[in-house]
Parts: sequence; C-alpha cells; structure tokens
Amino acid sequence: MNTLIVLSALGIITLFAEIFRFRKALFPIILIGLAGAFAVTAMEFTSNPQSIFGMMVFDKYAVTFSCALIVIGFLWFMMARNYFLQETSVTDHFALILFSLVGAVVMVSYSNLTMLFLGIEILSVSVYVLAASDKASVLSNESGFKYFLMGSFASGFLLFGITLIYGVTGSFDLVQIQQQVLAHPHSGMLLVGVILILMGVAFKCSLAPFHFWAPDVYDGAPTTVTTYMASVVKTAAFGAFFRLFSMCFSSLTHDWAPILWWIVVLTLFIGNVSALRQLSVKRMLAYSSIAHAGYIAIAIVSMTNTSAQAILYYTLTYSISTITSFTVLYIVSRNTGRDDFGAFEGMAKNNPFLAFVMTVAMLSLAGIPPTAGFFGKYYIFLTAINSHNSSLVIAAVLAALIGVYYYFRVIISMYFKPEKSDIPASIGSLHQIVLFITTMLTLLLGIFPDWILNWLM
Amino acid sequence: MQTAVLLLIPFIASLLGLFVPAQHAKKFAFVGSLVAFIVAVIVFMGFPTSADYQYVLDYLWIPSIGIHFKIGMDGISMLMIMLTTFLSPLIILSARDSENRPAVFYSLILFMEMALIGVFVSLDGFLFYIFWELALIPIYFICLLWGGANRVSITIKFFIYTLTGSLFMLVALIFLYLHTASHSFDITSLYQAGKSLDAHTQGILFLFFFLAFGIKMPVFPLHTWQPDTYTDAPTQGTMMLSGIMLKMGIYGVIRWLLPMLPDAVHQYSGYIMWLAIIGVIYASIIAITRTDLKRLLAYSSIAHVGLIAAGIFAFNAQGLQGGMIQMLSHGINVVGLFFAADIIQNRTKTREISQLGGIRTKAPFFATAFMIIMLGAVALPLTNGFVGEFLLINGVFQYSPYMAAFGGLTIILGAVYMFRAYQRSVLGETSVATDTFTDLTMTEKAVMIPLIIMVIWIGVFPNMFLKVSEPAIMKLLAGY
Repeated sequence: MNTLIVLSALGIITLFAEIFRFRKALFPIILIGLAGAFAVTAMEFTSNPQSIFGMMVFDKYAVTFSCALIVIGFLWFMMARNYFLQETSVTDHFALILFSLVGAVVMVSYSNLTMLFLGIEILSVSVYVLAASDKASVLSNESGFKYFLMGSFASGFLLFGITLIYGVTGSFDLVQIQQQVLAHPHSGMLLVGVILILMGVAFKCSLAPFHFWAPDVYDGAPTTVTTYMASVVKTAAFGAFFRLFSMCFSSLTHDWAPILWWIVVLTLFIGNVSALRQLSVKRMLAYSSIAHAGYIAIAIVSMTNTSAQAILYYTLTYSISTITSFTVLYIVSRNTGRDDFGAFEGMAKNNPFLAFVMTVAMLSLAGIPPTAGFFGKYYIFLTAINSHNSSLVIAAVLAALIGVYYYFRVIISMYFKPEKSDIPASIGSLHQIVLFITTMLTLLLGIFPDWILNWLM
Repeated sequence: MQTAVLLLIPFIASLLGLFVPAQHAKKFAFVGSLVAFIVAVIVFMGFPTSADYQYVLDYLWIPSIGIHFKIGMDGISMLMIMLTTFLSPLIILSARDSENRPAVFYSLILFMEMALIGVFVSLDGFLFYIFWELALIPIYFICLLWGGANRVSITIKFFIYTLTGSLFMLVALIFLYLHTASHSFDITSLYQAGKSLDAHTQGILFLFFFLAFGIKMPVFPLHTWQPDTYTDAPTQGTMMLSGIMLKMGIYGVIRWLLPMLPDAVHQYSGYIMWLAIIGVIYASIIAITRTDLKRLLAYSSIAHVGLIAAGIFAFNAQGLQGGMIQMLSHGINVVGLFFAADIIQNRTKTREISQLGGIRTKAPFFATAFMIIMLGAVALPLTNGFVGEFLLINGVFQYSPYMAAFGGLTIILGAVYMFRAYQRSVLGETSVATDTFTDLTMTEKAVMIPLIIMVIWIGVFPNMFLKVSEPAIMKLLAGY
C-alpha cells in the first residue's frame, strides 16, 4: 500500500514541478522517489500480508513483482531522461509514466477484479497518451490512436468476462471466486467468462491472434515509450494474468489451457517468423517482443509451483535486455536518422562499448548461455516439461532457433565495416551508466539466477 | 583443485589478453596457453591409474534447483585435456600477424580453450551444457570477424545448426533431471535416472542427445555445415573446430550417452554405426573429387570421424580405446594438415591443387613435415593414425565383420586422396604459383616439429596414453 502512496505522491509532485519551477531538480527527485518506493516495497516483504479493504493484498508475489517493476521503471527513467528534456512538456510525460507505474503495481497486487480492471485502465490510459506524445509525427499519432481503439475494445472483453464471472460466483473477490469456481466447475457461463478474460489479457500481453496492434504501436511510438511498453507494461500484464489464473481458475486448467496452448504456439511462430522479414530493427524488436510473450505464456499454460518464478525471472531479465537494446537503438537512430539493420554497421569499430552491450543483449534475447535470457528459457522449459508439456517445449525450441537468426543479424551488422558510419564514439554518461547496469545484470543474473528465484521460494 | 586451475589459466589469460597491446598479444596468448599445457603435463604425469573422478571440485551453484559447479577428471577427460592444451599453444603460434584486432582474436581462442576444457571436466549436466554452448560463442565470432568471403551466411548456418542440436539436448537433460530421485544434475544421478527409464523413452532421449553430439562431430547426414565452415573460417578457427571442438561430440557420446541410456544404445547403435560407415565412404569419395585443398581436408575429417563414431558405438574395449587414441591422433594430424594447407595458401595465394606442384624442390623441410603428418593421417604403421584405426576397425569387426570391411575402406580411400593431393601439390614440376615458394620460417617450424614428434610418439608408444583411459573405459563397459 505504501508503494502506491509513494508513487502517486511522486506523480503529483512531478505535476507541480511546472508550476513551482523546479523542473531542473525534477529528475533527481524522481530517482530518489523511486528508490524510496523500492525501499518501502521491499520492507513489506517481511510483514504478514494483509488485505487492504478486500481490494489488494501485498503478498510475496505482489511485493516481488512491484519491486521488479520499480527497478525497471528506474532504469527506464535513466534511459529516457534526455529524450523528454528536449520536449517542452517534460513534467506531464514523467507524471504519466509515474501514474502508469501506479497502475502496474495495482495490476500485480489486486485481490479483487474491480482493482484488476482499474489497474489495467490506469496503466493503459497513460500509455495511450504517451504513445501519441510525439505530436508532430503522424506515426506516433497513429500509434496512440490505434492503441487506444484496440485497447478499449480489449477492455470491453475483459469487462464482459468479469461480469459473467460475477454472475456465476456473485463476487469480485478472488478468494470467493476461487471457492465458487470449485463449487461450480461445469458452469458454461463461467467458462465463457474465463475465455473472455483470457482474450482481454491476451490482448494486453500481445499474444497472437490478439497481437495485431503491437507492431504498429511499437513502431510508431517514440522509442522511449516503446521501451516502456515492452518492459514495464509487459511485466505488469503477465503479473496480472498469472495472478488471476493461478488464484481463481487453476482448477479449470483443462478447460482454458488447451486454448492458451494454441495461442502460445501461434504467438511463438507468428512473432518469430514475422521478425525474420523486418528491415527495421525497431519493428524487429516489436515482433520479438510478441515472440517473448509466447515463451512467458508457456509458464502459464504449465501452471505448476515454479510458474511464478519462471514468469518473474523471464519478464525481469527480458525487460532488462529490452532496455539495453532500445537504448542502443535510440542512440543509433538519433545519430544516423535511420533504424534499419544497416544503421548499425560500423558500431564495433566506432564504439566497441556500445557494440559489446548490444551483443550481450542480443545473446540474451536469443537465449544463449551464460546470459540471463538463457536461464529464463531454461526455467520456462523446466516448468513446462515438469507439467508434461513437452510438445510445447519442442515448439519453443524451434521458435528459438528462428529467433537466433534475426538477433544475430544485428550482431553481424554491428561488426560489418562500411565506408562511413555515423555511430558516435562517445555517448552520454547517463546512457553509459544504464547500459553498464543492464549488461552487468544480464550477465550476473544469468550466472546467479538464485538472486531472483529465491524471492518467490 | 588441479581441475579448477586448468580451467582458470586460459580464462584469466583471455580476460587479461584483452588489455595487452596489439604487438604483444600473440606472445601473451602463447605464454598463457603454454602455462596451461605445462600444468596439464604435470597433472598427466601424476595421474593415478583409477577409474574414479580425480581432483573433484564440488560447489553448490544454484541451490534452488540443485545445480552444482562440479568438475573433475577421469582418464577420458585427462586425454582430452592433454589434446586441448597441447594444440592450443600451437594454434596460437600458427596465426599470422594480423592488423585486425589481434588482442580480441587471441582472447577468443583462449576463451574457447577454457570452454572446451570445461566441457571435458564437467560432472554436472547443467554445467556441461553451459560450457558446451560457451564454446560456440568465441568460434562464432572468430569465423564472423576473421573468416572468408562467405562468412556471414556460413557462420549463421553453422551456429543455428549446432544450436539446434544443443537445444534438443537441453530438453533431454531437463527431462532426465526431472526423473532423478532428488532433482539433481549430478552425473551419477543422471546415469541412474536414464537407466531407470523404459526403452522407448530412452530411445527418444537418445535421439535428442545424438542430434547434439552427431551435429558436432559431424556424422553423416548431419555434416552439411562442416565443409563450408571449415573452408571459410580463418585457419585458426578451422584448427580449433576440427582439432578440438569436434571431439566434444565424441566425448559427449562416451561420457553422457553410452552410460546414461544403455537400452537405447543397444537398440540404436547398429543404425548409427551404419550411418557412420556410410559417411566414411561417402566423404572419402567426395574428398577424392575435391581440388580445393581445404575442402578436401574437411571431407577427410568427416571420414575419419565417421570411423571413430562407428568404433565407439560398437561399445567394446577395442572400439572405445581406439576412439580415445584416434581422437588424439586425428586432432594432431588435422591441425598439421590444415596448417600445411594454410602455408601453401599463404605462399601461393591458391588452394587449388591443380595450380600447385614442385614444392618439394623449393621447400624440402616443408615437404617432409607435410609427408610425415600425411602418413599419420593415412594410418601408416608406426604413426599415430595406425594405432587408432587398427583398434577402431578391430572394435567394429567384433560388432559386425561387414561393417569393418566397409569401414576399413577408409584407409585405402584415405591413401588415394591424400597421396593424390600430396603428389600434385608437392611433387612434380613447379608451377607459376609455387615458383617462389620459400621454406618454413622458425615460427612455422616451431608449430610443425611438436606435431611431427607427436605423430611418431603416439605411433610408437601408444600405451602411454591408452593406459590412462583404460580404467575409465573398463568401468564404462561394466556399466556404472
């Protein structure tokens, strides 16, 4: 609960920055505030989880996911600072991000379906605006509009599903729903409700066939906002997805798991195969983000006692690698004005540091040891085989092989020597720090995964 | 402790090597790998005659899922480490001065040496997999950054090909892990888990593991990445790949596949052996028709490895011991041959056999060295190749005389393509390309002489090496 108070207060303070003219001091304040929010959240880890008005429970799961979200948010602010400083309306952008972070925290800690819906809306509305924040760009406007239209449609599905669940169980409370589901396992209305909710969250997680918005939205939005969508939003969406289905509908697994099974297979192949054909690295990363959603969803299909850890580890490490790759992409596209594979040529010569961190990020996304991305995939595979989903693992293995091809295309481009390249030899110190932190985390978490796994033990 | 030292020396050298100035990079890397070799020789000298793992280091690495950092050596590992540490300094020494980031190049080779040693000493399935994959990254970059004209498409093919096998192996490892009594990747637990499975399940796991090992070797029909990669990789990369890295596959079969899935091995080994024998004949015939020296050697490597694969799947003492000694011999010979091809290409700017000839008159030392190593490769008695191929064919014969008859063709066919290549490139009249051929430099001699010594040494005193691996092989045959 304290997390929400700190984050909301931080958002409101940010809004005041414009009025009281402390814009210059805003950035340190936000970083300190986020560090404070992290400390406050981590402190709740030890205490006995208590229900807050029957709406939210900060249990182990909620606290660890909130901590992960705040860490990713922190890294995001370090990455995105320069981008928004050039704009006039820096304060409202930062405030929107902070408010959406509030929504993200709600999404991983709700114990009531109304809070789930509120969390998703708080998060989404902020991101709709942010996606369209580059007002001069047609693509950005299209991105925001598309996201808004499709997102509200999905919210409708979600809401309809929640209504049907309420109709059967008579409650919005997760614990009561769980008991009622056990009492009425064969209710048709219940099943329709579950499937509608599944569709709603599948949209938010960009799982195929509900993924069509993702490439355009990711591509059109400013790179920093895309980073936010691919990291924080994805983590929160999967946190919410798993929380709901493990708490309420785990007894109905044999009903919804086959549907999700097909969704996963579709997502894996559509994401990976489409990424193969992209000319723009940004669009490739958008499709890769869809593909990664497929891997994460394997842990939900499997629904065993290691699923939560698998999702936490995978979303966190994926987000970290995503921040690295988008930061590099951002630097490249700002200096060369392009975001195709060719723009990366000559990076290894001009700026070996940048090439090294991008290589690590690509290896991690491709799932090559000893990076964190490998251990994430390993843990997902372990979870799936443990619950006898070996066929899904084989599909994931084949998909991962396709993935190697396009991630390595980036690596190959970087080590290719063109006649001239606009990649700068030095980059801003803040970006250097972010890239250093994310790369170290990618390597260290890959070698010592217990640092994350033990949180949910 | 000794095992950890062997692992750490190349690792530390590879990290420090990045900061060494370009003009000293080669010397530094050479000294680093030489130190590793000296340590390996000391360990080898004091290696006890025992079938158990020696110098075991066990450290709990990822407690929550029972993964240990467990390393140790038995006789089989010891021989592989001798091969790795012996060849690495020579491979580094054989490199020509390059303008292109030499510090990174040598660091990658040293890093790869570390990963290869790691593969040979891992006693934990997960750790084995990590090292197995770790060995792939440096060779990928070596081929990508210093390779030939087609390097981009060929390295990606090579990488995806080998990763396919690896990922299936990972799935099989996880499956076995979940069937161990206490959820552990420890080698003995995995052996127990594998043996307790029914024949059908073992068969599926066998195929998954074999995909990984078979691609690495490579065994027919999984070999299609190999000739392209060997041709387009820089010579040092080819040497690492053919001299040491392909032994990972054979070692994997001996260490993991044979003891872990005995029922499936019993069931499938006949098929695998036939595939391997077909590969021997197929690759030999292609080698005869090749005119590009490097490509010819690539196919000859497939033929030799095919016989090793057949020998170890015969699963008897002669076959396995022959496989062990032949892994050493093949590593030494193939590095020598690729080095000879590199010297020819460097001096004449061509690898086409038809454009060569008469090198013997210009460079007698080179011609002699090339001859001796080639005799080792065609298994002349008193050379290293003879001991290995004799034992291998003996082992295959015990399994099936027909297979031995076909497999034995490798010696005859090998003599055909090797002598043909030698005759056309080294003997005869000099051509335009070879007219200015100079004899070996001091550095080149420093690489060739140790290789020649080992060709004869193993041929005359094979027992020095055979006796090291014998207890472990006997234990393997008796069933763990």
